[in-house]
Amino acid sequence: MDKFNSIGNQYKAIVIGGSAGSFQVINKILSSLPRDFELPIIMCLHRLRHVRNGFVEALNIKSNIEIKEPLDKESIKKNSIYLAPANYHLGVDIGNTFALSTDDLVNNSRPSIDILLQTASYVYKHKLVGILLSGANRDGASGMQKIAERGGLTVIQDPKDCLIDTMPASALKLTTIDYSLNTDGIIEFLLALDKSIKSVALLKNE
Amino acid sequence: MIQEIEITQLRTLTELIKTRFNYDFGNYAMSSFKRRIQRILELYKFSSFDALLEKINTCDKKYFQDFISEITVNVTEMFRDPSFWVELRENILPNLLMDNQTISIWHAGCSSGEEVYSMAITLKELDCLEKVRIVATDVDMAILQKAREGAYSIKNMELNAKNYERAKGAFSIDKYYKEQNGKAMMDKSLVKDVIYREHNLVSEVSFGKFDLILCRNVMIYFNQALQNQVLKVFHESLFKNSYLIVGSKESLIWCEIANKFTVVNNEEKVYKKTKE
Ligand SMILES: C[S@@+](CC[C@H](N)C(=O)[O-])C[C@H]1O[C@@H](n2cnc3c(N)ncnc32)[C@H](O)[C@@H]1O
Repeated sequence: MDKFNSIGNQYKAIVIGGSAGSFQVINKILSSLPRDFELPIIMCLHRLRHVRNGFVEALNIKSNIEIKEPLDKESIKKNSIYLAPANYHLGVDIGNTFALSTDDLVNNSRPSIDILLQTASYVYKHKLVGILLSGANRDGASGMQKIAERGGLTVIQDPKDCLIDTMPASALKLTTIDYSLNTDGIIEFLLALDKSIKSVALLKNE
Repeated sequence: MIQEIEITQLRTLTELIKTRFNYDFGNYAMSSFKRRIQRILELYKFSSFDALLEKINTCDKKYFQDFISEITVNVTEMFRDPSFWVELRENILPNLLMDNQTISIWHAGCSSGEEVYSMAITLKELDCLEKVRIVATDVDMAILQKAREGAYSIKNMELNAKNYERAKGAFSIDKYYKEQNGKAMMDKSLVKDVIYREHNLVSEVSFGKFDLILCRNVMIYFNQALQNQVLKVFHESLFKNSYLIVGSKESLIWCEIANKFTVVNNEEKVYKKTKE
């Protein structure tokens, strides 16, 4: 895991955006994370707008950590995975809480990845990791740009590894991307990141 | 491209609005409030945030009303969350009507009125529309006007029809509107007794007692402190053992007043006031 040696340990949260072609990837990632994965993971995956149930249940089959659709004003906790609910934008607000909104569609989507990424980077600044996966539109690109501008870490699924590469490719065109990785690479990255985060926790406890 | 808005700038703006127009947006949830302001800057082509401040400092009441309309998020649907409307039709309304000759309902933050029509249609199909007094309020006067007009875009009727069907509507939604000049003109007899009025949840007090309050997808735009405050108004405005319903992704659990309510249906966010 040498190539991730230099990952910092300042991070407070991970945001993941995905659309068409990302379901398998997400499933593989979620099934590879340890039960005690430290950082909160907040996911915005494009989904049917008017189907409230089923999606989180489907993702939970493979995940080691229970995924929840947060309620408005719920606190963001460590060792938790969250999924943006159907037909609401999911944002991060001050005080480490979630904020939902029924605002207009953004990039034809609600939930919109850009909204999650932008609001999260506004709150977490350089302490945020953004990951953008396979997808057929441009949602998430400008969010990744914000993360990069504020000194956060940006990761995309390697366009070559994507079923549909428009989403990560748009981000790559718009902004600096720290890592472009295939699915296994993303998993390796997350495990290395978790190790780095836990090593600080250990130091603090000593 | 306009610079990213800072939280301190938002504070300056909300202070100015408070002083000049006596509307307090200081406790709106930061993330969406900021996004709405950003949107206004782009929509009205302001050259900077300061230009907006200057405009608010000099504009008239009429302009300010338009500004409020832009700040508020009015997106709504008929029979939004169909499973909730099933719960309402099969349990909540029958319960209320069993115990009372007449009941009163408050739609707080009714937006363009789709929710009010959904209620009226449900009541009509339960054959008890005449027994119910409905008050529908919103802070946005322009959207209230739309609610009064009851003319909706045909494009939206497809979704509304699907929701209605999923909400176990008794007929087809066509029964309740006529197409005219490309609009769906709702059957006004459904809402002939509805009172639409301007009401600001932030600054105004309780104005009556109700058996049922719907405040769905409104308090998501408020911060926790403001939500606590508004819930006090709702608590005061409810009879004992009557219902408060919030949006399907909202919760009272983090609110100060939570212990005065019990959960009737957690999935559909139906609460009952059990303590004075
Ligand atoms: C997203 S709409 C909800 C409409 C409907 N209840 C639903 O769930 O579909 C939110 C509404 O709350 C209104 N609102 C926002 N702030 C308010 C306030 N301070 N007082 C009253 N209404 C407010 C807005 O004008 C808007 O029409």
